[in-house]
Amino acid sequence: MADTTVLLEYVEKLKAQNAAWVADFKDARGEVSVYVPREFVGDACRFLKFEQNFDMLADLCGTDRGPEEDPRFEVLYHLFSTTHHNRIRLKVLLSEDAPNVETVTSIWKTADWHERETYDMFGVIFDGHPDLRRILLPSDFDGHALRKDYPLRGYEPYSLS
Amino acid sequence: MGLENTLFESLPDVITVKLDAVVNWARKSSLWPATFGLACCAIEMMNTVSSRNDLSRFGAETFRASPRQADVMIVSGRVSRKMAPVLRRIYDQMPEPKWVISMGACATSGGVFDNYAIVQGVDKIVPVDVYVPGCPPRPEMLVHAIMMLQEKVMKESVKDRRDTYEEESRQSIVPGTLPVTEGTALEEKSKTATSRPYTIPSRHERRRSS
Repeated sequence: MADTTVLLEYVEKLKAQNAAWVADFKDARGEVSVYVPREFVGDACRFLKFEQNFDMLADLCGTDRGPEEDPRFEVLYHLFSTTHHNRIRLKVLLSEDAPNVETVTSIWKTADWHERETYDMFGVIFDGHPDLRRILLPSDFDGHALRKDYPLRGYEPYSLS
Repeated sequence: MGLENTLFESLPDVITVKLDAVVNWARKSSLWPATFGLACCAIEMMNTVSSRNDLSRFGAETFRASPRQADVMIVSGRVSRKMAPVLRRIYDQMPEPKWVISMGACATSGGVFDNYAIVQGVDKIVPVDVYVPGCPPRPEMLVHAIMMLQEKVMKESVKDRRDTYEEESRQSIVPGTLPVTEGTALEEKSKTATSRPYTIPSRHERRRSS
């Protein structure tokens, strides 16, 4: 098991900046995940990039925990630093009724297409995104394909089977 | 000392032949496929052309990079819904006469990909002449398909091959393959609310409204 003391220091630094930024955190299998309330995502990301050198957004993706769950959606930010080589994960929980979260395209340029993909597959709306439209599925696609309640063959008459 | 010398001595200057027979013979002997690989079947298609199986024995080895120089479209692999309009455009760009081989289970019926992303059979987009089963088919099977297509070509009449282009193009609009339109997330949402009355709501949407 990898040692996570270095990573937990970043959690403490986040808390020191603003205790409200860290709703919860998990230390499991050598990885640290920080649950951030959605209104503080931009602030926490800016702090981690510009003051803690997490200069690379390795991945941004979504999860659907199922239609019966509330909050239903997760948005995950996998951060990496090319200077001190640490990885940290931010998690944002979103309810089904308001799946909105602030965009991080102004912090990491690469978030543009990742956020479009997350919108495409889960229907998460990234407020302030410069060009939020579908990226993988056809533009006239109906629904969001990776939601748990999306039927495998799609909705009629879109499914030609 | 070629064949020409013997023929020159034994045959008359003019011979009479059925137009269909000679035109079809010329067509079937030089089928030019379009270079068009979609998935793993394309690997078998490349093997079919290469030295071991040597499709040039049947006159069909000249894969053209431009559809305007091709006769045969070998649909080698699964056709995703986003690829469907592209595939149809390539078909439309091929000049008459043209034929289509649906290679493998995915191109023929969707195969194991029975889902929203894959077209369930390429015959929903373009008319298919020969279907090849298999996952993927062996090169021998593709060679056999080419030979079957050659038999089919020999049975055609020149009169049947008028321009069917416009009529087929009119029928080519498939749901889910409409041209890309601009729009942000919010615009898209308002559009779906009004202009797609045939959409059934998802389970959670129905639950919320009830």
